[in-house]
Formats: sequence, structure tokens, C-alpha cells
Amino acid sequence: MDFGEIFNEAIGEMVSPTTAAYALAALGLAVHFGYSGLLNFGQAGFMAVGSYAFAMSTILLGAPWWIGLLIAIVAASAFALLLGIPTLRLRADYLAIVTIAAAEIIRYVVTTNSLTKVTGSANGLAGFRQDFLRLNPFPPGNYLGYSSPDFFYRFFGWGLVIIFGLGVWLLMRSPWGRVLKGIREDELAVRSLGKNVYAYKMQSLVIGGGFGALAGLVFTLPRDVVQPANYGTELTFFLWTCLLLGGMSTVLGPVIGAMLFWVVLSLTQNILFGLIGVGALPWLNPSQAGQLRYILVGVALMLLMIFRPQGVFGNKKELAFS
Amino acid sequence: MSEPQLTADAVDYMTDTRPIAEGPAGPGCAKRDPIVVADDVSRRFGGITAVDVEHLEIPRHKITALIGPNGAGKTTLFNLLTGFDTPNSGTWQFEGTNLEGMSSYKVARLGMVRTFQLTKVMGKLTVLENMRLGASAQPGEKLRNALFQGIWGKREKDITAQADVLLAKFKLDTKRGDYAASLSGGQRKLLEMARALMVNPKLVMLDEPMAGVNPALTQSLLDHIKNLKAEGMTVLFVEHDMQMVRHIADWVVVMAEGKVVAEGPPAEVMRDQAVIDAYLGAHHDVDLGAAGGVQELEEVLAADEESVVGTEDAGILSEESVLSEDSEILAVRPPDDEDDDGDGTRERRTGRRAADSPPDVVPGTSHDSRED
Repeated sequence: MDFGEIFNEAIGEMVSPTTAAYALAALGLAVHFGYSGLLNFGQAGFMAVGSYAFAMSTILLGAPWWIGLLIAIVAASAFALLLGIPTLRLRADYLAIVTIAAAEIIRYVVTTNSLTKVTGSANGLAGFRQDFLRLNPFPPGNYLGYSSPDFFYRFFGWGLVIIFGLGVWLLMRSPWGRVLKGIREDELAVRSLGKNVYAYKMQSLVIGGGFGALAGLVFTLPRDVVQPANYGTELTFFLWTCLLLGGMSTVLGPVIGAMLFWVVLSLTQNILFGLIGVGALPWLNPSQAGQLRYILVGVALMLLMIFRPQGVFGNKKELAFS
Repeated sequence: MSEPQLTADAVDYMTDTRPIAEGPAGPGCAKRDPIVVADDVSRRFGGITAVDVEHLEIPRHKITALIGPNGAGKTTLFNLLTGFDTPNSGTWQFEGTNLEGMSSYKVARLGMVRTFQLTKVMGKLTVLENMRLGASAQPGEKLRNALFQGIWGKREKDITAQADVLLAKFKLDTKRGDYAASLSGGQRKLLEMARALMVNPKLVMLDEPMAGVNPALTQSLLDHIKNLKAEGMTVLFVEHDMQMVRHIADWVVVMAEGKVVAEGPPAEVMRDQAVIDAYLGAHHDVDLGAAGGVQELEEVLAADEESVVGTEDAGILSEESVLSEDSEILAVRPPDDEDDDGDGTRERRTGRRAADSPPDVVPGTSHDSRED
């Protein structure tokens, strides 16, 4: 068992584009739940809408990357409006039900065989990143051990995370963010003070959903393939795990939470594989180990909730009153 | 009617003795200067008619109390007037603006701000942030401006200053940076009221401001409410604490089973046999806690040949006699003289008690222990 290798791989996971995508999507959930109290259980749906919109506009319409990006954002916003208009006037639970169902609807629709020409069905769509890669400013070479495109994906993903993290931080310290936090605490009271709660919730839903769409791009571009299987309900719950690990009403929380999530996954997998390799775990085979690591992440989350319920970056004082 | 000159800096609204109603007081009577006018407002929940108000006018620059037994529809009427609930029928205006179908936040923007029976504070925001949230016309609350502190920084400073003044007034300035959730129930009531004032309302609607508040705090809340009137605001409040209603209300509206059953100045309304039967109950006014209070009361009334000793009305008459005496004696008190000795002292300054007190009671004979 080579611990150096295991740690290297864990560090690699920490900065991978997938982790950046998780961080960005979890940041969207922080806007939704952490700051506005909106229960979105369909963030995977927003990611799917974003990545499919980008892939389809590039492949079917031959659109350049920035049109694809624009279409992805517009599609996610439309998705948010569609979900928000009937539910945001109701109690928080209704949004949760509708989002979880809508995300599944998206996934089943793109999997439909009769739409194979448009969505590629279960195989999905592939080959839509060429135009995007022309943006790559890095000449071929070795950047911190990554090839130029690999480095570019990381640069792009984490660049977005930093920009939007900063954006969320700025937004949440503004009076606008204060209204959102007020809505999270008590919607009726905020309405009694003359604020259009419905509009604020809609803005929050669209912004967080937009983050989801961008996260979908960050997730899908390095793979150059978008497949419905990647956007199942479990993705949403992994994102929630990241959010809860890091701390809900913080900017750093979801980002660090996503890193932690992937580091723990990587460490447990490699340590388990290493132990199996040296014959220390004769009762476990490698495919079981792959499942066991999710169990361990679950245990880690439970321990965190018991001993540090506010998450890594959460404010203990805030929790004292909930 | 002679109105004693109370204080040097007393504002018009505090000493205004012009009649509130146009013509005789009665359910649905017209007011000289109404701020809210409601017509045929009804709300049914299934087969139950929670509110069925034919006509109601709330007088401007006055403190109006809305009383009635549990389930009379007081809070529902609040919800209907402020757009938090939609009536089955009816129209209502605020300062001439028709509010029918208007959403609650727009109603609040017009200057009609309410508080809630179950206090609503934003627990995980600080007291100061709660206050700032109340302020209206904040450019920074628009998403397009939110990122640019240059746009909203100045307004933020202004509202922080406004909030600090209010917090000091409500004695919450020491709690400025604390989470609102760490406040006690009474402090939350204060915060909710202060936050409502951040909106600069014209009409403040308080839903049971005294529920669960200790007597010492009640006193200071009473003062705050009276100050609202001095500052030119109109107050409408729901309350079960009859002491409070008697002390600060200029006008009382009694609801029962969804209807307005009586209206008038507090002294008159509380003598109304129907109100006593439906809501107040017999002997509601006798302070049985005070040493010798009951006995003294009866002695006074026994000496008065026109008195109604032995009937339910006895308590009220006694109360009025106490008040009329006090207001004559204490009318010259300086305004900033703080009396914190609890219940029953503040009304001395209002003076209007003197005018309203029934003439058949001899003042001075029942200055009892409850005042000291």
C-alpha cells in the first residue's frame, strides 16, 4: 500500500473539475436553502438542463460555445420559473416535492428512446466541446502535472467557483441578501414589512438554478459526454451532503464541503483497495469496497451532524436557536 | 368639556378633544376623519363565518382597540385588512386607496403595517439586521443594485441611524448585535414593534402587543404606543388586557361572532351591558388583588345614591372615579417624569379620562391602594 500515492490521488480529487462542479452546484443549493430557505431537491435536474442545453445547441444547431452557454443559462432559468411559479406561493415543502419530481422527469425524458435523435437516449450526447476548447489559453505542455486541456478544465471550473462564490458573498451582505435571510426566517413577517417575498424567492431560485446549470457544464465538458445516468436523484443528495458537510449559510461551506466529500470518497476507496490488495480484508471484494465508501461517507456525515451539526464553516451560534 | 393642559410639548393629537364619531357612537358609526373604511367585509371558513363586518371606520390619529371574545374574528379581520387573507366579499379603503385584492406587501408599503399575535422575529438575524430589514425604499434590496455598495451604502447608513434611535427608545440598544432568537418573549414584542416602525407607517396594527409581557414591560410598551399617537400615527390594536385598553385607547370596537357589536369611547363601551355579557364578564374590573380594594370600592358606591352597587357595572364606576381624581391632581406633571411604578399611573397624563368620567361618582373617595 502506497500512502503517498493514495494522498496524491485524494489531492487530485480535491481539485478535479467534478469537485468544482459539485462545489458550484452546492453553492446554488446554499443560495436556495442556506440563504432563502427554499428546499430544492432537484439540483441534479438543473445540472442536466444546463448540460443538455449546451450539448444540444452545440451538436444540433452548431452554435458556438457562448451561445450554448447562454442557452444553458436561459433554459435553467426557464426551468426555475416553471417550477417556481406554481409552488413559491405555497409552503416550502411543495417546492421540494415538485423539484425532486421535475428532475426525474427531465432524466426520463432525455432517456426516452423516441427522442434518441435529439437527446441520444441512455447513451447521451458526445462531442460538443471543440469550440469551447478553442478558449484554452494554455499552450500544450505540463501544468502542475496536468496536460493543457486538463489544466484548462480545472482553471475554468474553479475560476467559476471563485467568481460566483465571491458574487454570492457580495450578494448576501447586501440588503437584498438580508431580505432573503429574512424570508428564510419568517416569510410572513417579511411580507408584513412591504417586501415582495414571491419575487425574491423567484430570484433566488433562478440564481441557484443558474449555478446548477453552470455546474452541469463544468461537470460535463471534461467528459465531453452528457448521459442521463449521471443526473439521477443521488447526485442531488450528494450535493446536499456537500452543503451540510461544509455549512449551509456560508459561501466557503459548500466549496469545502464538496472537496471534503471527494477527498473522503477517494481516501476510503484507495485505502480499502490497498487493504484488499495486501489481503487484510479477505471478506471484502473491490466492488463491495466501492459501495462501502459511500457507507463511510454517510457515517462521516452522521458523525458531523452529531458533533458539529452546523457543518465545518457554519456558525455554532446560529444553530443554537434552531 | 374641559381639557386640562397636560404637557408643554404635547402634540395636537394627544390633546385633540374633537369628537371621534360623527353623530352618536354605535356599531359601524361614521368617523369624523377615518383612515380605514371597510364595507361588508366577510370571511367564511367552510360553514363558519369568521368575519362579517357591515361597516367599520378606524379614526385617524387615534388609538383604537379591537376587543372581543376568543374566536370573534379580530385577528381574521386584521389579516383581511392587511391582505394576509382574502375575504369572500367586501371592499375596504386605506386613506381612500382601495385595498381589495391588493397583496400584503403592497398594503404595507402604503403605510399600513401590522405585527403578529405570535411574535415573528428573524431569529438568525441580529437585532440590528431585523430593524434594517424593516426600512422601506432601500435601493440595495433590488437585485441589480445589490452587488454595488456604492449605490446602497448611504441609505444603509441612514437606516442604521434610524434603527439605532428606535432601538434606544425601545431599550434594545444593548442587544443590537445579538441574534433576535436570543431575546426574551417580551423583548421580541418590542423588537417586532420597533421593526414595524422602521417602515414609517401611518397606521400601526398591533395584534395582542401585551400577550405574555411582564407588567413592568407592559408599562413601557403602553408608553411606546401612546408615543406613536403623539408622533402622528394611528394605532389599531387587538388586546385582551382591559387595563391597557382602558388606559390608552381613544376608541373601542367590540367584535363578537365576526360582527362589530359595539363601538365607542372605552368608558362607555365597557358600561355597555351587551359587551359585559358577551365579553368582559361581571366584576371584570374589580382588582381583587389589591388589599382592601373590593371593600373600598363597595363603600364608595354604597355612598352614592345613583350608583349601581351590586350590579356588574360597579367596577367600572369605581375605576373612573379614581381616574378623574388623578388626572386633576397630576395634570401639571412634567412630561418627562418617568413613573415606573407599574400599572395604573400613566393614564394620569392623558387627561381625557377626566372628561369622560361619569358625573355621578364623587372623586377623591376611592383613591385606593392600587395606585401606589
